[in-house]
Amino acid sequence: MYKVVIGLEVHCELKTNSKNFSGAKNIYSEIPNSHVSVVDLGFPGTLPVVNKEAVKKALKVALALNCEIPDEVIFDRKNYFYPDLPKGYQITQAKKPMGRNGYLMINVNDIDKKIGIRQLHLEEDTASLDHYGTYSLIDYNRSGVPLIEIVTEPCMNSAAEALAFLESLRSIFLYCDVSEAKSDKGQMRCDVNISLMKEDAKEFGTKVELKNINSFTNVKDAIEYEIKRQSEILDQGGKILQETRRFDDQDMKTYSMRSKVDAIDYKYYVEPNIPPVKISKEYLEEIKKEIPPLQYERINTYMNEYGLSRYDATVLVREKAIAEYFEATIREGADPKLASNWITAIILGHLNKFELSINDIFITPKMLTNLIKMVNDKTISIKQGKEVLYKALDEKKDPTVIVKESGMKQIIDVDAIKNWVMEVLDEMPEAITQYKNGKTNIIDYLVGQVMKKSRGQANPAMTMSMLKEEIEKR
Amino acid sequence: MSYTEKSIDEIRASLDKGEVTSEELFEEAREKALKYQSDYNAFVTILDKKEEEKNKKTILSGIPYALKDNISTKGILTTASSNILKDYVPVYDATVYRKLKEAGAVLVGKNVLDELAMGGIGTTGHTGVVRNPWDKNRLIGGSSAGSAAAVALGIVPFAIGSDTGDSVRKPASFGGIVGFKPTYGRISRYGLFAFASSLDHIAILTRNVKDAAYVTNIVKGQDEYDMTSLPDDGKEYAKVLDNSVKGKKLFYIKEVCNLENYKNNNDLELIETLQKFHQTLDKVRELGIEVDEVSIDRKLLSALYPAYMTISCAEATSNNANLIGIHFGLRGEGKTVDEMMFDARTKGFSELIKRRFVLGSFILQKENQERLFLNAGRIRRMIVDKINELFKTYDGFIMPTSGGIAPKFDEEIDRLSERYLILEYHLVIGNFGGFPSITIPNGFVNEMPIGINITGRVMEDDIVLSIAHQIESKLGFKNQIAKGAK
Repeated sequence: MYKVVIGLEVHCELKTNSKNFSGAKNIYSEIPNSHVSVVDLGFPGTLPVVNKEAVKKALKVALALNCEIPDEVIFDRKNYFYPDLPKGYQITQAKKPMGRNGYLMINVNDIDKKIGIRQLHLEEDTASLDHYGTYSLIDYNRSGVPLIEIVTEPCMNSAAEALAFLESLRSIFLYCDVSEAKSDKGQMRCDVNISLMKEDAKEFGTKVELKNINSFTNVKDAIEYEIKRQSEILDQGGKILQETRRFDDQDMKTYSMRSKVDAIDYKYYVEPNIPPVKISKEYLEEIKKEIPPLQYERINTYMNEYGLSRYDATVLVREKAIAEYFEATIREGADPKLASNWITAIILGHLNKFELSINDIFITPKMLTNLIKMVNDKTISIKQGKEVLYKALDEKKDPTVIVKESGMKQIIDVDAIKNWVMEVLDEMPEAITQYKNGKTNIIDYLVGQVMKKSRGQANPAMTMSMLKEEIEKR
Repeated sequence: MSYTEKSIDEIRASLDKGEVTSEELFEEAREKALKYQSDYNAFVTILDKKEEEKNKKTILSGIPYALKDNISTKGILTTASSNILKDYVPVYDATVYRKLKEAGAVLVGKNVLDELAMGGIGTTGHTGVVRNPWDKNRLIGGSSAGSAAAVALGIVPFAIGSDTGDSVRKPASFGGIVGFKPTYGRISRYGLFAFASSLDHIAILTRNVKDAAYVTNIVKGQDEYDMTSLPDDGKEYAKVLDNSVKGKKLFYIKEVCNLENYKNNNDLELIETLQKFHQTLDKVRELGIEVDEVSIDRKLLSALYPAYMTISCAEATSNNANLIGIHFGLRGEGKTVDEMMFDARTKGFSELIKRRFVLGSFILQKENQERLFLNAGRIRRMIVDKINELFKTYDGFIMPTSGGIAPKFDEEIDRLSERYLILEYHLVIGNFGGFPSITIPNGFVNEMPIGINITGRVMEDDIVLSIAHQIESKLGFKNQIAKGAK
């Protein structure tokens, strides 16, 4: 057995109106080369102009990841030749990244772990290349799209931890509203650094970099394959080569791309066309105010203050809008546990079924709270409540109105229920005998009979206790 | 006397009086450009047709001019005098060109430069050597060689060039005209093909200081496309030229200008150039300007040229990495993309350029950056700090632009000689610090023009221009047309 050491490099495209250094639209488009400016093409004489919104969003993520923020924003050039890089260099940050020495909390199997963030920097995306047999096509739509890169410390020890990190990180992008972070659109991409070491070893093993992994599932598969591959080599007394490998999602294997020995010297130096801009404390405070409570923090609140299970809490925070809906329902006065049940059991199911967002539904937190209260004070039964909620969602109607219109009020009039109880017992003397002989579950059948007579409106709990009381008397 | 040999004020008056039309001016400029082309090779492109004028109300409307061929002009070939861009037609306008177009100035053509603006002699353009209009056997200097020649020949009253080390001021001096490089950021660089971004300036060539002021007025100002551009200072330079310069203080650098340094030197042109410089200083003093001799550490001065080469080669390597022949420019051949890029760059650049790129790449390598690139940056900082410290006392410094007249094409140049190491490279101080710096004619040595240069504090373009204007009036060397113009 070996100890696995994993570090991640995550790229995420930022959601902005225009590109990082040009006025071209930053928009995902199926039509190649439809959003391209002379700057994105690196035409001679063009100059970069920094997108303030991209800087702000990068700083927002850096703050959300608890990073140290530099005193000023500067950019560097990373120089290399490649057809997807029109200027022959990429504008990125090497000397003063937007964030350093941060962390992100994850939870795997109910154990919390702090994942160190080495750095976060803002850069521009390259063009995208499609290779065909004898030719390649270049799409410059992606050229210049603002991109943040987040580099973790090598501190994860399993595929599950890596996955948990990626999911938590994605939630931060979504909660901070900086990106759609969809991996199928290439908006979130990940490289994995992985090495194996003996349990008692003091130094890390040789690092292998895995590139070209385009989904979270593939990250897991690539790591698991690589653990197996490296373990086998080490078991046979072999040596791991320091290299970059690519993951093939067809056969789920990794293949060598290049050895790290001939690593490229990117000749970083300060981008002279972008003057340094100081970052003021006030500006950072302003950005901080825009960061909402994040998943990890919310899960803990839900568990510790509202008494929810980790499972339910996790379900509720998966999307910020749902968490906010849940919290609004509580603010309206609903019991947290009940609110959680109604939301997770019925509303989320409805959203999934119709592929809706919680912001699309007609039922407001206030309406939901009223419904929960009606069930709670036994105005209607739970069963009725569920029916009402489904109907409310389908017909876009206020549950209170539905209850009123359908006369669905639960009957809690003691005399009325008593009448039905007497009628049922009179009609079925054999049931009383059976009950007295120990077949006590027949009581449910009797409750059902009362419900039938009341057209489902008799309060079931009251019915049950009155039935028991009357049987004892007979 | 033809119209295009006149000053902007004179041409303006003739246009306004209706003595001449902008169409006639364009035709005259075009005919001259064509006539002198075989002898001097000032142009890569001479336009067939006058562009539409947009504005009829500025000082420059209707007035012909030329642009260095490294300034982006939509729909007009722009080659940077390099084979790799020999067929490149830009799809956008440089800000300086747009502003001139909006002001109604009339473009006549695009001028030859040293390939990619690298090299200071005007001999490395892909269409051939530019010759000095005062003597065809001599070079005019570069890299704005064709622009200087076009102005000196009287083809156009002004031309727009670029100045990274001395690329406008040196050829202005060798051509007997005015070359003005304003404060870094005063004129937007958007559309200027980058050589060394931290040193590049758009600069102006004219035959008198007032014309330089007029043109700068039109093209200056903040540009949303250039983050390093400065907010407009709101000054009308041409109107402040006669502001009093009495009591202004200038210095010259002892190690460069004091004749004592050259006692054992038998370069007679050098000695005469310096003598003329000192004679001029006496006239400058007559204007009420104080001129002092100041000493700067020789070691620091000797480091100017190496530091300049180090920084500029490094930046140039990166800036020109877009020239891969994939998305524009000369398409290379090969089985792989790498081979294609390799082939385009092999065919597209001359040996000199390749040498600079190799140097630049070497300088930027991880293991060399600290020792070469960053140390060069430190030297730059040291000299700029030193000058700024002197600027607490002085309004500017005045120096001979060059240590002599334009060299002959076959002249051997020892770049590490006394003259070359310091005397020929002090102009880069203006680029290192982004200081406004102007060269004006200072008479003749052996019937060839020489120049003096005045450099002032950052942002004080107006003061530099007014000092230069008043010295020019005192000396009387203005509106010179080269002997070669027939």
